[in-house]
Parts: sequence; structure tokens; C-alpha cells
Amino acid sequence: MNSTRFLWAAYASVWIIHGVYITMLVRRYQRVKREMDSLPKN
Amino acid sequence: MKRAFPILAAVTALLLIYSTYQALVVAPTENTMGDVQRVFYYHVPSAWTAGCLFFVNLLASVFYLFRRSTRADALAVSAAETGVVFCTIVLITGPLWARPVWGIWWTWDMRLTSTLVLWLIYVSYLLLRRFSDSAQTPVLAAVLAIFGALDVPLVYFSIWFFRTQHPQPVIGGGGSLDPRMLHVFLLNLAVFTLFGALLCWGRFRIELMQRHVDETRALEALLDDGQSGTSPARSVR
Repeated sequence: MNSTRFLWAAYASVWIIHGVYITMLVRRYQRVKREMDSLPKN
Repeated sequence: MKRAFPILAAVTALLLIYSTYQALVVAPTENTMGDVQRVFYYHVPSAWTAGCLFFVNLLASVFYLFRRSTRADALAVSAAETGVVFCTIVLITGPLWARPVWGIWWTWDMRLTSTLVLWLIYVSYLLLRRFSDSAQTPVLAAVLAIFGALDVPLVYFSIWFFRTQHPQPVIGGGGSLDPRMLHVFLLNLAVFTLFGALLCWGRFRIELMQRHVDETRALEALLDDGQSGTSPARSVR
């Protein structure tokens, strides 16, 4: 039974999902940080 | 605390590389299923982490309902979002493991169906948070979170209560696991729990920052209205 491709597909999908989510978090953080910096200081 | 996050992120990244190496290379190959059984080292820890995050969501939601704490509400939404990510992984890696072992991608048995329902409940929770502007949204979401959390024990105990295709748990279910496999499994379980906590913490920080920006802007708008002599009620008229 050649099941190795299913193993790689599973591991790849895990890291693609985490990669996409971490990228979303980083972009969201950068946007909010810009918004915070543009707020008046007082 | 600001310094702790990048340090913890770096440590978690190294641990994830090490635990993946252990899962793919060091853990022995299972006799019946072969190499595809190694999906187990990601599938089960992802399910565990999703369950933990939904439990955090439950605690934060209950706390919000009693104390109306905005930080608890921010934690609830952060835990739900991160939990959905891990639950998505469970729903993708499960069929990829099932196909070569069972010969099917999916079956409507109790464990699989209740996991899908759990995912749908928390996706609806996030959609409610995303698209509802009502002041009552956090309360409605907290109530929905309590009902969603009721599905978590149903998912876990479904393999005892119902006849299912899904195997019994390796720990506490009467099954046995090679000690080397158990070591790698427990390592991945700990590292995934840490990874889930880290993602939730990062999301929580962003949520607090976003709320600070929104509150400051709302305050600015009110002050501008006060200085120009028009109240929101007057401007409507």
C-alpha cells in the first residue's frame, strides 16, 4: 500500500493552514500597529 | 511580556521542528498501516489543542456573561478563532489518514459528524462576531459558545457511546502503544498545546490593540461632535 503520499499531503496541509493563519495574524498586527501609531498621543 | 512573546515563539518553532523530526523519522513504523500512521502525531494533538482552546473560549464566555469583562470577551474570540484553525486541521488530516486505511475519505459516524458539527458551531460563532454590529453581539456569542462547548465532550465520548468506525483512544481507551511511539506522541501533544497557546496569545494581543484603536476613534468622534456643537441626535434631525 503506497500510503506515503497521503502522509505528505496531511503534513503539508497542516503547515499550509498554519502558514496562512500566521501570515493573516502578522498582516493584521501590522495594520493595527499602523492604526495605533496614527492615533493622537494625548 | 513584550519580550516574552518572540522568545516563546522562537522556542516553539524549534520544538515544532524537533517534534516533526521525531514523528517522521524517529518514531517506529506501525506494522499494519505503515507510514501513514504518522498522521496520528499531528491529527490527535491538533484535536486536543482545539478542545483546549474551545474550553478556554467557554471559560472566557462564562466569565464575560457574569462580569462583562472586555478582556474576557477578547480572549473568547481569540480562543475560538485559533480553535477553529486546529479543528480544520483535524477535519483535513482525518480523511487523508482514513482513505488509505479504511478505503473511504469520510463516513457519517458519530465521531466524525460531531467533529464537523463542532467546527460548524464555532465557524458560525466567528461569523456572528464578524458581521453583527449589535451591542448585544458579545452576549449572544457567549451563549452560543456555551452551547458549542457542549459538543466537545460529545465528540470525545462518542466512540464509547456509539458504534463508530473511528478507533478507540490510545490513552485510557484500552489500546496499547509502543513506548517509543508514546514518547513521540506525548512530545507532539505538549508542543502543539504550546503552539496553540502561543497563537491564541498573539491573536488576543491583536484583539486588544484593535479594541483600543476602535475605542479611541469613537472617543475622538464624540469629542469632535462636542466641539462643533452638534450632538449625534441633532445631526440626525
